[in-house]
Amino acid sequence: MDFNYLTIILFLPALGAFLVAFLLGNNAKAIKWTAAVFTFIPLLLSVILFACFDRSPAAAGLIQFEEKVSWIAPLNANYHLGVDGLSLPLVLLTAFLGFLAVLISWKIDLRLREYFGWLLILETSILGVFLSLDLLLFFIMWEIEVIPMYFLISIWGAGRKEYSAMKYVLYTLFGSAFMLAGILGVYFTTGSLSIVDLALTGFDSFRTVIPIAVIFFFLLIGFAIKLPVFPFHTWLPDAHTDAPTAVSVMLAGVLIKMGGYGMIRLCVTLFPNVAQTYAVLLVILAIIGVLYGAAVTMRQTDFKRLIAYSSISHMGYVLLGIFALGQVSLIGASMQMFNHGVVTGLLFAMVGLVMHNTNERDLRNLGGLARQVPVIAIVFSIAGLASLGLPTTSGFAAEFLVFIGSFTSTAVPGIQLYTLLGVLGVVVTAGYILWMLQRVFYGPVLEKYNGTADADILERVYMFAFVAVIMLVGIYPPILTNVFKLGVSPVVGLLGG
Amino acid sequence: MITPQFIWLIFLLPVFSFIIISFFVRPFVKAESRITGYILITALFTVLALSIWTLLSVMAAPHHEIPVPDINWVVIEGGVTIHLGLIADSLTAVMLIVVTLVSLMVQIYSQGYMHGDPGYHRYFAWMSLFTASMLGLVLADNLLFLFVFWELVGLCSYLLIGFWFHKPEAADAAKKAFIVTRLGDFGFLAGILLLYLNTSTFDIHELHKLAITGALASAILTWSAIGIFAGAVGKSAQFPLHIWLPDAMEGPTPVSALIHAATMVAAGVFLVARMFPLFEHSTEALTTVAVIGGVTAIFAASMGLVMNDIKRVLAYSTVSQLGYMMLGLGVGGVAIGIFHLFNHAFFKALLFLGAGSINHATGTFDMRLMGGLRRVMPWTYATFVIASLSIAGIWPLSGFWSKDEIVVSTASQPVLFSLAMITVFMTSFYMFRAVFITFGGDYRGGSQNEHGGHGSRPHESPKVMVTPMVVLAILAVVSGLWNVTGHFGTFMGHGQTHSFTYGFFHPFTQPLPWISLILAGLGILLAYAMYSKQWLSPEKTGNFFKPLYTLFYRKYWFDELYENIIVRVALVKGLFGSLKQFDNQVVDGAINGVARGTIAGGRAVRRAQTGQLQLYGLFIGIGILALVLVLYFAG
Repeated sequence: MDFNYLTIILFLPALGAFLVAFLLGNNAKAIKWTAAVFTFIPLLLSVILFACFDRSPAAAGLIQFEEKVSWIAPLNANYHLGVDGLSLPLVLLTAFLGFLAVLISWKIDLRLREYFGWLLILETSILGVFLSLDLLLFFIMWEIEVIPMYFLISIWGAGRKEYSAMKYVLYTLFGSAFMLAGILGVYFTTGSLSIVDLALTGFDSFRTVIPIAVIFFFLLIGFAIKLPVFPFHTWLPDAHTDAPTAVSVMLAGVLIKMGGYGMIRLCVTLFPNVAQTYAVLLVILAIIGVLYGAAVTMRQTDFKRLIAYSSISHMGYVLLGIFALGQVSLIGASMQMFNHGVVTGLLFAMVGLVMHNTNERDLRNLGGLARQVPVIAIVFSIAGLASLGLPTTSGFAAEFLVFIGSFTSTAVPGIQLYTLLGVLGVVVTAGYILWMLQRVFYGPVLEKYNGTADADILERVYMFAFVAVIMLVGIYPPILTNVFKLGVSPVVGLLGG
Repeated sequence: MITPQFIWLIFLLPVFSFIIISFFVRPFVKAESRITGYILITALFTVLALSIWTLLSVMAAPHHEIPVPDINWVVIEGGVTIHLGLIADSLTAVMLIVVTLVSLMVQIYSQGYMHGDPGYHRYFAWMSLFTASMLGLVLADNLLFLFVFWELVGLCSYLLIGFWFHKPEAADAAKKAFIVTRLGDFGFLAGILLLYLNTSTFDIHELHKLAITGALASAILTWSAIGIFAGAVGKSAQFPLHIWLPDAMEGPTPVSALIHAATMVAAGVFLVARMFPLFEHSTEALTTVAVIGGVTAIFAASMGLVMNDIKRVLAYSTVSQLGYMMLGLGVGGVAIGIFHLFNHAFFKALLFLGAGSINHATGTFDMRLMGGLRRVMPWTYATFVIASLSIAGIWPLSGFWSKDEIVVSTASQPVLFSLAMITVFMTSFYMFRAVFITFGGDYRGGSQNEHGGHGSRPHESPKVMVTPMVVLAILAVVSGLWNVTGHFGTFMGHGQTHSFTYGFFHPFTQPLPWISLILAGLGILLAYAMYSKQWLSPEKTGNFFKPLYTLFYRKYWFDELYENIIVRVALVKGLFGSLKQFDNQVVDGAINGVARGTIAGGRAVRRAQTGQLQLYGLFIGIGILALVLVLYFAG
């Protein structure tokens, strides 16, 4: 196939960013439409990719739509792109949220050129992380993402935005430093930067420059901060809370998934034995994340911060699924990444809408909105129910696969007990989600919100898109599990399960 | 013989009704239109016909079961395979009749009761979703899908309890119901996981087989059965998770009749019956079911004695009767427990519809504001009394037959037997207390404030409400006759059949039915003495038993214990609050501390950068000296 799908998907947003920043002047309409078009085409192409993806069992572990060009020959670094069952749904998710983030940002009116420029660069860099099959390219894309995030939070954010942006940058760079050390460790041991080759050869035939477990943990720290794993999570509530709505959507929706993706793609795939050795530790951290995250969420009074903290709890399930190291649990973890991307994306979009329309973000001052903004109330409730894992939503499909996969995994001693503790998290989740819904939408109607606008047409369009995906995955999970299982099966092969 | 396609239709028709009402009708019709109600009622008429057809087919089928082919759902080779399928056996067939019949009656009634409510269409959309989920629950052939529908009926219950969400009590009650039942669901899910770990299947038939053949280790069987029972305890509001059901009465009364009396709360009993082979092969699990059931029966009945809100009386009565069913399952088996479920569905739904009818007339649920309604609401009065006699277990009404079987089964266990007997007395007392306070004496004014109130002139409800009540009243009289011949039992795979005349008069040849009839009669007599003739003053009696009265009236302080002490103080303020502090001060504090430390370190080291060459020269000199010394001593 001569049509370079992946390169086009990857660089169209960046091209759009270039156009917006340098060629279109300050014409607001042109800027928004350009941004919309240059994110919509990648979405369309990703959907085509998803439809054309070979799902036959023979395709298990194969890289599809591969593109490879020599890049820095002396380093053996290549411009190497490709998707497999693991990365494809995440690429689709990124393209989906990237387009919707533009729609969500439609009402932005401050420094439009820069805003949309950064937003589109952000999309390219995240896509780059999921598409790269070369460690150097992967790392560069990973690092580029920090720059737009810094500006997006510190300029268009709210509250302590400079503090949060700086915290985000420093925390991420701290993790990246370890990650770079890990990548260098891999490179100097094997002389290869190809993620595909490394997965095949492993480390058994090499003398490592530093102990292999150290390389594993160097990489892991970078990913753990991004996911985030307790106790590296405190950047997240600040960044989410102070970021503008669309950026929160991207941040919660796909950015933190880079952590989970990296763990499966590099930590578990390249170091299956090390992963097995330290799995218990990470499973325990996962359970702490689930329960501790949920407990702290219960006490939040800021609307946005509550959703942010809930992410910590939900990402705990991803970590649990990954380091339970079973086939089903890994599929469950991947499902949970996708599910959380859509559900929390929608939750942040809705929180942004409520905050925008009521000018209030303190849960203690909100109430009774269901009468005044019925459409928002319905969609918010659906998102909330998906978040607490109600069957027929993607939340249940994902969490259930994590539970069943972890509980039946044989790789980690005592996993049943940890899994049950994790299941207990869903009770607390129900607590804070229903409390939040009640606080905001139920109870006596408050007169001060009488003129509050409900969702307009554009907002209804993107809400509908979110809800459709949540229900589709919830009612027919094989649409994703059939893809994820192809990506996960080689990993499981390495684990000997 | 019914074909699988039609059985699928039983589940799908209410689903279509939900989709049509929510997406195609509700956005386009006026608030006063009654079309949404008719859509659901039409669907339910068809479903009822199909359910009857199913019942007849199942009766005729070999082993009382019609095989239905499965559909694959999620397949992960070497991992999990989940299929989607239906069971059409005797248990399902009976449940289908209960669900569709009560749902149909309740929906017809709702046409009158909910008329004029701004949420009319939303009401029928959710009722459709509920009926679909409830039918899915009784039809599901594997634990996973059973759990899916289990959660969905919980969702509908949440939505319908909070139907009038602008009332803070309704919103609170809805949340409480969801969270308390979810606590039980944790056990249910754990039970499912444990079973799957050891059997690699969710299929109910296969699990039955494994339990019966003894392929499952007894510890695993016991723990998974207890886990599943925890789910049932939550859903059926058994002790100690009973606290949500009385509060759930904040929902519209037809909702209480359908969901919180006849069907959803009985799902826990159904679940135990569905998984009965697991319980049967674990003495511990079966004993747990019987004990929890027996304790709940008397515990809830005691609180029903003193409530002033008629719906609360009925709610505690429901909890108590569900305990009875559990007791029946625990000591007698599927046929006995489910037979009581079957009869209870009709008379308890009827009692709630009666309460709704009274509320429609008086605008209140507080019995102290009612009185004298016998004359103005003859139909409501007659049907309410029939239902009360039935629940009290008076021969030959339906309640007598199923209650009698449970009591007889407990005969060998003195403790459970006494619990059951005391409950019989309490039941007839609290029911007739309600009857005499509500319908006897003179009208005490009602209330103008609440739903449907017409203030000073109470009147009989319209035909659309009375007709379903009459139908249910007939059922409350005759539904028990099914097992007079023992046919219900054999249909469920229990006991033997005999002639009608023998079965009909047989109880009078035994001592136990006499005892329970006498106890029930005494309960009615006491209520008559206290609330109709006032030979005994209720106030003085209450004062005489003051500590006991307070204990019952304050519901044993369970709400206070759970909500204030455990949730509010220990968890939210205590544990969660301190974890939040910990997160802010310690975890985040450490990060900010590192940042501050770095800045302070930078400030300190910056002083060395003075720009004076002499100083730099001095540092270089010291450095060289240090290196030389190190090399000298180390080399």
